[in-house]
Amino acid sequence: MHDVNPGRAADAFVPLTASAVLVNAVGLHARPSVKLTQCAKRFAAKIELALAPDGPWTDAKSPVKVMRVKAPQGATLHFRVTGPDGEAALAAMLALVHDGFGEA
Amino acid sequence: MAEIHLIGRAASPGLAIGPVTMLTAAVARRAASDDPAQEAAALRAAIEGARAEIAEQIKAIQGEVADILEFQVAMLEDDALAVAAYEVISVGITADRAWRLALDVEIAGYRAAEDEYFRARAADIVDIRDRVLAHLCGVDTVARIIGGSIVAADDITPSAFLAADWSHGGAIALAAGSPSSHVAMLARARGTPMVVGLGPLAWNGQPPALALVDGDAGSVIFDPEPETRRLFEQRMVAANAALAAAEAASLAPAHTADGRRIAVLLNIAAPEDLASLDPAICDGIGLVRTEFLFEASHGLPDEDTQYAIYRRILEWAQGRPVTIRTLDAGGDKPIAGLTVDGESNPFLGLRGIRLSLARPEVFRVQLRALARAAVHGVLKVMLPMIAIPSELDRAGVMLDAEVAALKAKGIACARPPLGIMIEVPAAALCAEDFGAAFYSIGSNDLTQYTMAAARDIGAVADLNDAGNPAVLALIVRTVEAARKRSVEVSLCGDAAADIRLTTALLATGLRTLSVAPLTVARLKTAIAKVGS
Repeated sequence: MHDVNPGRAADAFVPLTASAVLVNAVGLHARPSVKLTQCAKRFAAKIELALAPDGPWTDAKSPVKVMRVKAPQGATLHFRVTGPDGEAALAAMLALVHDGFGEA
Repeated sequence: MAEIHLIGRAASPGLAIGPVTMLTAAVARRAASDDPAQEAAALRAAIEGARAEIAEQIKAIQGEVADILEFQVAMLEDDALAVAAYEVISVGITADRAWRLALDVEIAGYRAAEDEYFRARAADIVDIRDRVLAHLCGVDTVARIIGGSIVAADDITPSAFLAADWSHGGAIALAAGSPSSHVAMLARARGTPMVVGLGPLAWNGQPPALALVDGDAGSVIFDPEPETRRLFEQRMVAANAALAAAEAASLAPAHTADGRRIAVLLNIAAPEDLASLDPAICDGIGLVRTEFLFEASHGLPDEDTQYAIYRRILEWAQGRPVTIRTLDAGGDKPIAGLTVDGESNPFLGLRGIRLSLARPEVFRVQLRALARAAVHGVLKVMLPMIAIPSELDRAGVMLDAEVAALKAKGIACARPPLGIMIEVPAAALCAEDFGAAFYSIGSNDLTQYTMAAARDIGAVADLNDAGNPAVLALIVRTVEAARKRSVEVSLCGDAAADIRLTTALLATGLRTLSVAPLTVARLKTAIAKVGS
């Protein structure tokens, strides 16, 4: 794992980014939003998502804000993750999207 | 009075006749304080009250309804929902007005969405708004619906639907609404006919007393003439007879038009998938995924937990064969504390049986639980991602050792037959060389490894075709190996449920297909047309 001081601020870490296509039938809707935010909250890292590689960025731990993004099926979801467990967080986010939130 | 015909959109199929109940929004009054701090506290308490109320309801239910309510809980738990309300409370607006203003902005945002699915979420936010208002005002604003009635309204919230008893018929006729709404999903699940988008429900004087709802055509007739009603009732009788016939057909074994018997098995991802299913719809379970047991939130499951769940599934099957797949983690299914992070290409990495053999302490627990469950039915165990015979052999040695250890301790167990998934092209090409008790073709991975194209990468998705001759050739080769070795072979990937491929798959010699429970009836209908 990372050799880090957990007390360090999130911005001391280099942001990690990656993207994935929404494959589930109706996009990032109610149930996937809940799953995604629940998963995001398990990590200490700051996790944000966007429909474009340069933002605007939305807090992936807030279901209210994630639903406001209204990401449809086929949209590319970009993630930006900053924090001590960033790599694991990013992998978990991507896995959830690849897996169609278990709805495929 | 002349009958009124309205045309809308079908949201849930079926025909219904009944007395009309008009739903109108209840208006509640509340004595507000002029202290912003008190108003903010009142709103906070009302939100928490609404959240606790829904959380309590969830305990008694599961499946789709629970998911819908969990969404409401998640929204209510999120501070972002009420930020705007607290802001206007601080400048002197009362809690109920502030909440209504803030939520109405949210609702308007959903109503303006391009995507119909997101527009349909407006009804959920209205539901959340009204629940909190009910707690603020100390009254019950959820409209009560009399069983068996036709509910006519502008729109209807999930709470109002769930509060009603739909077991005695009834239907929903909405001026607005959407086929993608949660209420429409619930109506389809319960078999309640529903029509949306009828336009303004305006009456001259008296509201209608009776309505006929056609959830197939998407139309509603209010106050029908006696002749209209008689014809509609005739259609209802005929439709009910057809429905009963279709249900009976899905319970019957599947045969092609030229008389070949095809076994239809189920794929399940969790024991809840079997709730309310009649085992008679299938010839057994072809794939039980066990990844759900290993979800990060629960940690690695112990032997007794696994045993109890496997046993429950075997008991549900009532003697029909059940194939349980050992943990298929890695690739697109990472599990915290088990799979390897940061592989450059996880689909070609330590996944499936490779991971189980690398982590024998985890694998042995699963093998012990399976051996103990095997005494409760006809259990078969299947290993995922097998590429070479020694992987099967090593797993077989471990299973033998665990069975011997259980027996030595006097614990009831049996050694289930060990089969392999055919999803790596190497295993399909050399299937005959494996000492497997059966083969199960995993068409999703077999297709992606054969075509070198992932299905979730849009630019190459059309290459990811299970009907490609190369993929079919590997299936033929596997079926041929099974025939020579006199062992069973089935196919359990998404291709099995794709009815465009049914003829091609049966032409390979396959006689067993395994699909998700919801697609069984459709697959059986498709099978009945093959060879006609």
